[in-house]
Amino acid sequence: MTPGLILRPLLILLLLALVLRPEWFIPLFAPLAPEGGPVIYTRSSLLSLSLSHLALVAAASAAATVVAVTLAILVTRPAGAAFRPLSRTITNMGQTFPPVAVLALAVPALGFGAGPTLVALFLYGLLPIFENAVTGLTTLPPATMEAARGIGLSRWQRLIKVELPLALPVTLTGIRLSVVIALGTATIGSTVAARTLGEVIIAGLLTSNTAFVLQGGLAVGLFAVLIYDALVQLERYLARRMGG
Amino acid sequence: MIEIDSITKAYGAIKAVDAVSMTVETGTITVIVGTSGSGKTTLLRMINRLEEPTSGEVRINGDSTLSVKPHILRRRIGYAIQGHGLFPHYTVARNIAAVPRLLNWPKDKIRARVDELLELFSMDPAQFRNRYPAELSGGQQQRVGVARALASRPDLLLMDEPFGALDPIIRTRAQEDLRHIQRRLGSTIMLVTHDMEEAIRLGDRVAVMDGGKLVQYAPPAEIIAKPATGFVADMVGDVERPLRLLSLVPLSEVVEDGAAEGEPLPADASLRDALSACLWTGRNAVPVMRDGATVGRVTLTAIRERAEMRA
Ligand SMILES: Nc1ncnc2c1ncn2[C@@H]1O[C@H](COP(=O)(O)OP(=O)(O)O)[C@@H](O)[C@H]1O
Ligand SMILES: [Mg+2]
Repeated sequence: MTPGLILRPLLILLLLALVLRPEWFIPLFAPLAPEGGPVIYTRSSLLSLSLSHLALVAAASAAATVVAVTLAILVTRPAGAAFRPLSRTITNMGQTFPPVAVLALAVPALGFGAGPTLVALFLYGLLPIFENAVTGLTTLPPATMEAARGIGLSRWQRLIKVELPLALPVTLTGIRLSVVIALGTATIGSTVAARTLGEVIIAGLLTSNTAFVLQGGLAVGLFAVLIYDALVQLERYLARRMGG
Repeated sequence: MIEIDSITKAYGAIKAVDAVSMTVETGTITVIVGTSGSGKTTLLRMINRLEEPTSGEVRINGDSTLSVKPHILRRRIGYAIQGHGLFPHYTVARNIAAVPRLLNWPKDKIRARVDELLELFSMDPAQFRNRYPAELSGGQQQRVGVARALASRPDLLLMDEPFGALDPIIRTRAQEDLRHIQRRLGSTIMLVTHDMEEAIRLGDRVAVMDGGKLVQYAPPAEIIAKPATGFVADMVGDVERPLRLLSLVPLSEVVEDGAAEGEPLPADASLRDALSACLWTGRNAVPVMRDGATVGRVTLTAIRERAEMRA
């Protein structure tokens, strides 16, 4: 635990500095920038790009969570069991479709901007959440479920008070995978004019400015690592409370 | 009073429970005993409608269990099972409070009831209230499971092998606690076990199941002395029958005037305990105590006479 205790605050400070005070990094990145070219990306503030990047990921992941968990609940009811293979096929397709292709196909329908990116992230995020929620809802402790029925919880009460809370740690693992995938994937949204940190990376690639690429990449990477870590901690806490 | 009226459960061609009828008196413990697969669990689960009978009916205090929705019925019937089935994400207090909360009891009444039950099961409320099930020993989890089943003062408590997961020493303690608590609260309990020893120790009446049928329903002494079928006799076990009979008779029933040497036994100990003490210490009689005073003795001769009397 000690490496985490030191590393975590360091990474948070590094990320904050990178986003809020990019000019501090001029000496570090200068050798990577082209002769006489800009070292720090200034067309938009990194802070506003970060916030918009995170908002896109949060919105897409929230929508994917709602849809995937709802689907998982439906197919784990006795009446919905027949639909499990079908829903698995659908969520699998969301995963196998390359996000770039989704963007390309969504632009004609939704225009440039955040829309196509949201759709791509949403589709891409469904599968891990669905798979994990189904696993969580089908591996509940049998004695607890028997007792829940036996003491008089209705179906709805069993779902809300017992099944979902007990399936939460496993479902959260799926959400974590989705969020991390979405954080990285969102960068390509900037190819269709979504405001994300990918804008910095793409600007760097177009002008052969490695300093830009590094700034954008580092910020995305740090967000991914820190959010991943936070969700792992949350899962551990929940699992520990349930004696798992 | 619980009336089970010719209840049957068929799974395809197999009758898991075959036309069982029995009446359970309020305030007693009835133990359903039988080998694995004899239909005990199915019979019990038909009482709170976790399983719907193929035919027949159950009445509680005259009302058919079919007259209310199953989950409403179950809130009036306590249910405790092997492996306790506690909610791992709830504290001990919240687990015990589960049914009172469903019944919308006021908060302070629930809190008082939780503490009362924890004390009844010798668990200090301040220490245990806010623990999670994973932070309890097996015996404590099992007690909380039973406390949860008792929380709303149910008309009836159903228990399916509640002590099955406990090691033998803790199991004996748990059985004594249950007997004690049942006497104090006057609860009506139906308990399932595959252990005839447990049935005889706990039951006011014992129901023996064999292949889905109820083959004998009688007080323990009668089950031991007059087994209705060879199967019942096998379950009781011929070798230990006299000892089992003796274990049902308290010393107070055969105490006689006179003195005896050595360590006294309490009046509510059984003749089996007295026999054991006599044999172990080479005595022909043991003194009997009640409330700290010697009230007489029990002799080996009296024990033998009683054993020969049967039930
Ligand atoms: N859901 C079910 N479907 C088919 N057969 C069952 C089902 N539940 C129980 N049985 C059968 O009914 C019989 C009695 O089972 P059970 O009541 O669990 O016995 P016990 O509790 O005495 O061990 C067994 O033969 C068992 O295989
Ligand atoms: Mg059973």
